[in-house]
Amino acid sequence: MKNDKDNKTRHIMNILIGGEAGQGLVTVGQILAKSLVRSGYSIVVTQDYQSRIRGGHNTFAIRVGVDEVIAPREEVDLLVALDPGTVKLHKEEMSSEGLIIADDAFGLAEEATLKIPSQQLASDQYANTAALGAVVAVLGLDKQVVARTVEDYFGKAHREIAEENKKVLEESVRWTAGHSVAFKKLPSIARPPQRLMMNGNEAIALGAITAGAKFYSFYPMTPATSVGLTLAGWAQEMGLVVEQAEDEIAAINMALGASFAGAPSMVGTSGGGFALMVEGVSLAAMTETPMVIVVAQRPGPATGLPTRTEQADLEFVLHAGHGEFPRAIFSPGTVEECFYLTRKAFDLAEKFQGPIFVLTDEFLADSYRAVRPFELEGLSPVRPCSLQGLTFSNPYGRYAITDTGISPRLLPGLTENLIVADSDEHTEDGHLTENLVVRRRMVDKRLKKGRGILAEVVPPETHGEEKPDLLLLCWGSSKGAVVEAASMMRSRGRGIATLYFPQVWPLVPEHFIVHLQEAKEVVCVEGNATGQLARLIRRETGFHIGNLVLRYDGLPITPDFVLGELKQ
Amino acid sequence: MVTTEDYGQYETAWCPGCGNFSVLEAVKRALAASQLKPHKVLFVSGIGQAAKAPHYLNANVFNGLHGRSLPVATGVKLANPGLTVIVESGDGCNYGEGGNHFLAAIRRNIDVTLLVHNNQVYGLTKGQASPTTAEGFITKAQPEGATSAPFNPIAVAVAMQAGFVARAFSGMIDDLSDRIQQAIAHRGFSLIDVLQPCVSFNKVNTFAWYQERCYPLPREHDPTDWQTAMKVAFEWGDRIPTGMVYRNDRPSFEERLGRGPLVEQDIDRTAMRKIMEGYG
Repeated sequence: MKNDKDNKTRHIMNILIGGEAGQGLVTVGQILAKSLVRSGYSIVVTQDYQSRIRGGHNTFAIRVGVDEVIAPREEVDLLVALDPGTVKLHKEEMSSEGLIIADDAFGLAEEATLKIPSQQLASDQYANTAALGAVVAVLGLDKQVVARTVEDYFGKAHREIAEENKKVLEESVRWTAGHSVAFKKLPSIARPPQRLMMNGNEAIALGAITAGAKFYSFYPMTPATSVGLTLAGWAQEMGLVVEQAEDEIAAINMALGASFAGAPSMVGTSGGGFALMVEGVSLAAMTETPMVIVVAQRPGPATGLPTRTEQADLEFVLHAGHGEFPRAIFSPGTVEECFYLTRKAFDLAEKFQGPIFVLTDEFLADSYRAVRPFELEGLSPVRPCSLQGLTFSNPYGRYAITDTGISPRLLPGLTENLIVADSDEHTEDGHLTENLVVRRRMVDKRLKKGRGILAEVVPPETHGEEKPDLLLLCWGSSKGAVVEAASMMRSRGRGIATLYFPQVWPLVPEHFIVHLQEAKEVVCVEGNATGQLARLIRRETGFHIGNLVLRYDGLPITPDFVLGELKQ
Repeated sequence: MVTTEDYGQYETAWCPGCGNFSVLEAVKRALAASQLKPHKVLFVSGIGQAAKAPHYLNANVFNGLHGRSLPVATGVKLANPGLTVIVESGDGCNYGEGGNHFLAAIRRNIDVTLLVHNNQVYGLTKGQASPTTAEGFITKAQPEGATSAPFNPIAVAVAMQAGFVARAFSGMIDDLSDRIQQAIAHRGFSLIDVLQPCVSFNKVNTFAWYQERCYPLPREHDPTDWQTAMKVAFEWGDRIPTGMVYRNDRPSFEERLGRGPLVEQDIDRTAMRKIMEGYG
């Protein structure tokens, strides 16, 4: 390929692939993203799709860079249009040195367009691969890496399809190389480090099995479904049971039964499904049964925008369940954190015997990133049977009152002791009671576990200078966008810092209050319409955060969005 | 040697004359006859007067939410197939609030015994219509008479070809006990719909009412004959058949899944590493 204008490269760029559902958009996106990761680049993928299987307009955006990429952005450097509509919808987003790759047959007049003769290069069915070939050539990627990724993607079961795709890819790369294109490539990386391409849901699933998860039940609901699909794919080799329940109520009750019988268990859903699970959350707390609950948020109320993103269920998850009982809510901001905080959730659920939450959202659930392989050797799983072998007298005090509120948990059937659990208020041996003195003792016992949970809180992270002019707060998946926005402002000379919460409950004011007090101005950035974290901080500390940057149009928070809102 | 005494004797919160007493006694006899040690048995129940039953015997117990016993029992059985899992709850719990789970449990054919204490009324909440209440039955909540047609659990279970479908009457305690023992031995889902009087809130379907009508199915009834079973399932009114209505040998859910006790399974670190590396 001849680069006529100059030979300079760029270190970071944004690629947007657009088309209708059913055009193979995600296939091309995943193959390209993985090829980029295998070539040593960092990526952040943003998937925007409509709730339909065919037609409409969907996009798969890959922000790619030589150094670590942490957030998505709007401006497009390389637009790959699988249909004419994509060009119309996105040409305003093109950067000054951007390029549009589109099929010759679309008859587009845009100046910076590489028009590929798909009909010459491939049959209709492989038009997406013809476009991929042009992208590979334009970016200067190693053809071998991409061909290997195509092979891995289609696997041995579809060898013919893989071969056909490779042929089209080869043709398209050759055709593109013969044409003059003005586009700054990514510099090649000589020895690419080993990286995994993984999205938030996959990292949750992997975190769960390393923590010893043995049971997962779910009812399909976007954007949580792929946690279950990922685990189902591993179920046989990992000895897991993954069961699609008849509804979310069944899902959580089934998981509680499995957990009660000794299988570390998890459920996953989104807001509407979680609404159905809520009585089960309370049951987990009352019967002191370990339970990890993943809530992948999407915009509500009710069915809302089923395939878009939002952070509007913090208060819902915090208050879900009748009665008073302790809980913890983790809010991972990266794929790595999805892995580690899911493990932590299993650890706490087991230790404190109750419901522990992992709160994510559609953006993070579907966002592929390049991550370092996890060091699996040092990671220990939870051990629900740690007490087995010890003898207790009968009747065994499953809910024995202790200083920590944590009672010794035996599993049914493994010893001669009988284990009795009740959703009613109960005595130390688990039988229902209406003794009101026992009632008070049991409430106190359960709440006491909250102190232990408090001691294990993952503190918020600060980046940037002390006593800043501006402190930006965030939680969950908006972490990357806020950190990047801060660094952009810092480079323009503003004294700025960020405070990010990987855990939104419980809050320990001593961890962060000084940062709020020392900043000249505090702004909370959230993916909801009312500022739920800001309100929670005020409730817990009395510190009022008046300035909010809020996004609730269903799209992820980006650095440009934060900067734009701050200007106003 | 396991005897009914191993299953204990406890004071209950039930009304004198309640059908629950006979069911409790029949359960103990069936467990003793099955030679099952109390710690190998787990009862799951929901909410209602019947759901208190497991508290009155020695065994493992998970007394959960109203209507949600079957999902809990399913989870328990999948996690530890070595446990004998029995669900004991009422008609409101299993056919009303938990109706969807009833259908799903039959479809899964999970190896759980479901004992439904069916007194055709809500006892715990003092006398409202239940899913099996007859049309026209007057209650404080249905002062003009219940307008919905009663749910026929036997017909639904037979139609769905559940593994083991039986009806019993709390007044025929030996028959009930035998049926429970058979249900425990059956590998797959088993339903026993136990007709029983509610002495406080059902003044129509009394002990005498059931006594007059219930008759054991004749010896020649073949429970493997589905079409005959469907006919029997719709027999109700002046004559109510009890006994084994239908059975088949579908493999159970756990047999088809073939996982064994999850609690005993080690984490295969090599497999886990391979899975992770698959993302590279």
